Amino acid sequence: MVDTLTPVLTDLWDAELGWKLATYEERGGYAALDVAFAMSPDDVITAVKDSGLRGRGGAGFPTGMKWSFIPQDNPKPKYLVVNADESEPGTCKDIPLMMGNPHVLVEGVILSSYAIRANKAFIYIRGEVVHVIRRVQAAVAEAYAAGHLGSNIHGSGYDLDVVVHAGAGAYICGEETALLEGLEGRRGQPRLRPPFPAVAGLYASPTVINNVESIASVPAIVKNGAAWFGSMGTEKSKGHGIFSLSGHVQKPGQYEAPLGITLRELLDLAGGVREGHQLKFWTPGGSSTPLFTAEHLDVPLDFEGVAGAGSMLGTRALQIFDETVCVVRAVLRWSEFYKHESCGKCTPCREGTWWLVQALARLESGQGSEEDLDQLLDQCDNILGRAFCALGDGATSPVTSSIQHFREEYLAHLEQGGCPFDPARSTAWSGQEVSA
Amino acid sequence: MSNQPSANQLDDKTIAELREIAARYPEPRSGLLPMLHLVQSAQGRITPEGIEACAAILEISAAEVNGVATFYTMYKRHGVGDYHVGVCTNTLCAVMGGDAIFQRLKDHLEIGNDEVAAQRQGDSRTVSLEHIECNAACDYAPVVMVNWEFMDNQTPESAVQMVEALRVGHDVSSTRGPKLCTWREAERVLAGFPDGRVDEGPTAGTASLAGLEIARERGWSAPDPSVAPAKEPTDG
Ligand SMILES: Cc1cc2nc3c(=O)[nH]c(=O)nc-3n(C[C@H](O)[C@H](O)[C@H](O)COP(=O)(O)O)c2cc1C
Ligand code: SF4
Ligand code: FES
Repeated sequence: MVDTLTPVLTDLWDAELGWKLATYEERGGYAALDVAFAMSPDDVITAVKDSGLRGRGGAGFPTGMKWSFIPQDNPKPKYLVVNADESEPGTCKDIPLMMGNPHVLVEGVILSSYAIRANKAFIYIRGEVVHVIRRVQAAVAEAYAAGHLGSNIHGSGYDLDVVVHAGAGAYICGEETALLEGLEGRRGQPRLRPPFPAVAGLYASPTVINNVESIASVPAIVKNGAAWFGSMGTEKSKGHGIFSLSGHVQKPGQYEAPLGITLRELLDLAGGVREGHQLKFWTPGGSSTPLFTAEHLDVPLDFEGVAGAGSMLGTRALQIFDETVCVVRAVLRWSEFYKHESCGKCTPCREGTWWLVQALARLESGQGSEEDLDQLLDQCDNILGRAFCALGDGATSPVTSSIQHFREEYLAHLEQGGCPFDPARSTAWSGQEVSA
Repeated sequence: MSNQPSANQLDDKTIAELREIAARYPEPRSGLLPMLHLVQSAQGRITPEGIEACAAILEISAAEVNGVATFYTMYKRHGVGDYHVGVCTNTLCAVMGGDAIFQRLKDHLEIGNDEVAAQRQGDSRTVSLEHIECNAACDYAPVVMVNWEFMDNQTPESAVQMVEALRVGHDVSSTRGPKLCTWREAERVLAGFPDGRVDEGPTAGTASLAGLEIARERGWSAPDPSVAPAKEPTDG
């Protein structure tokens, strides 16, 4: 039986100097390099395929398969780009990972680059996290000094250079083709696909883009084997993943567990919902994934389980809201986010997110009528599937799912001519204030 | 060049560093985002001179550089304070108290969004205020960022105390990071020039460790690889 929590990537986080090379090496860090260098690059790809690792950045695409799409007969250089933009609301796992254990990412970058035969890799980190950037910069510098990066790594004949690149504030740059635009020094607007990045990505060369956690999972797979990884998780969603609990829970934080754990189990570990309150709604994978309610406490949090229940596993960003929270307020705020972050390239999203905010703001203030709800759903219909990239689709998720689960609450705003909730009751300090 | 050298001209050291950034990449234009961070570090904001310098080095038009600079929210046309305070008001933090913190700071500093508070007599440093989107720290909500360092689990009172300490020049440290440097110093790190503060602060904050602590208490771990199944387990 596999344990309920399975710290792999988080295992080093309670070490005193977890970010230092010495700490990482004491625990066997960088040992996977020699294992990989004794294998052919294709065999490394096969190992990752066999492990069942699926992308941890949201979409869950099989990582080994993505790597195998790189056309090795293409004479252009190959590139690995790590997506460290982490900006999906609720998502907060890659940032502590890079702060506490940056070397596992660097080791993963070396293994992954070797597998796809890249000699240059980029780590694109959102700009708004200076200390995390310091830690990754230093880890790369230490890895060079120790001969884990540079030319002829460990005498293998394999060369790799890594550049740490800071973004400058744009959620859309987490979308992989917009990220490439940013990395080429342009406005971060998504590219038309095909061609896919595997064929024509960075500088129109074959490029693999993977999430931080995906790449950081590779060293243990290479070292411990595909079967070890596959012994955790469920049939189609294998391995460990970091689950991020935030909001109205007793112990918010990062919980690394096999995929397939349920929110009920996680809440149990986290001491439950905030004392004296009940679960109202939650996001399984960030704000772009349709909301769940207490009905969904036992949904297995793996790709199939969450999709089967009508949402998406996304980034395992479990934002927990109790009964004090107005769902209309929450959805309006997320919609303002999407409107602000829409890159403006396509009309359905640029105009649509603007309209969603207008309509929701009216409803939240108690104006309008029940027909406005149907109009909102219509607007979502006009965005979903017609937007140029998944940002637009994601913007509709909170709106449609909240109307599905909480239509009555929207109507209550209309009946009362305003919001029936007191926002002061939701704050982290509300317990202290009402104590008498 | 017919241009008069202006007071805002970048110095030779900065120009050399801008070239150094461009040289990190197979194609120099890839350096533009970090180069603009360096412009902000050197000049306190995105200046016309900074845009011209980037354009000249990358051999692209100033209009192209300008188009990029206006796309990303971290680039500022107008100056910010020595300490730029960003209050997360995305849904989770807003609900947990971010809205109240932002309102309190606006009232206290007597400014609106994206403005710099007046420097009072006796203040040695300035602060500016902005509301920001989710900064990937939701497990520490409500979150405030100062010069893009984490100030976790804030309240309106703690946030006011913090900005007051900053204005009068006291040292303030990130709740899971280093002593706060100025905004311009932080921008230099983003440009790829480390400042030697990497070893300050802990490996992880308290919330980050929530699951790991439970695993330690209960003796839970990932499977032992030496006893892992030799081949793919089949379900059912
Ligand atoms: C608007 C938007 C934002 C995204 N943000 C991120 C992000 O911050 N980090 C990330 O890894 N993937 C993000 N993605 C998903 C990426 O496009 C891509 O699927 C992912 O990086 C692939 O890596 P993976 O296969 O390892 O998951 C985002 C997608 C969209 C549409
Ligand atoms: S869906 Fe939105 S973010 Fe994506 S391309 Fe269209 S406007 Fe840009
Ligand atoms: S919502 Fe504020 S840090 Fe995520």
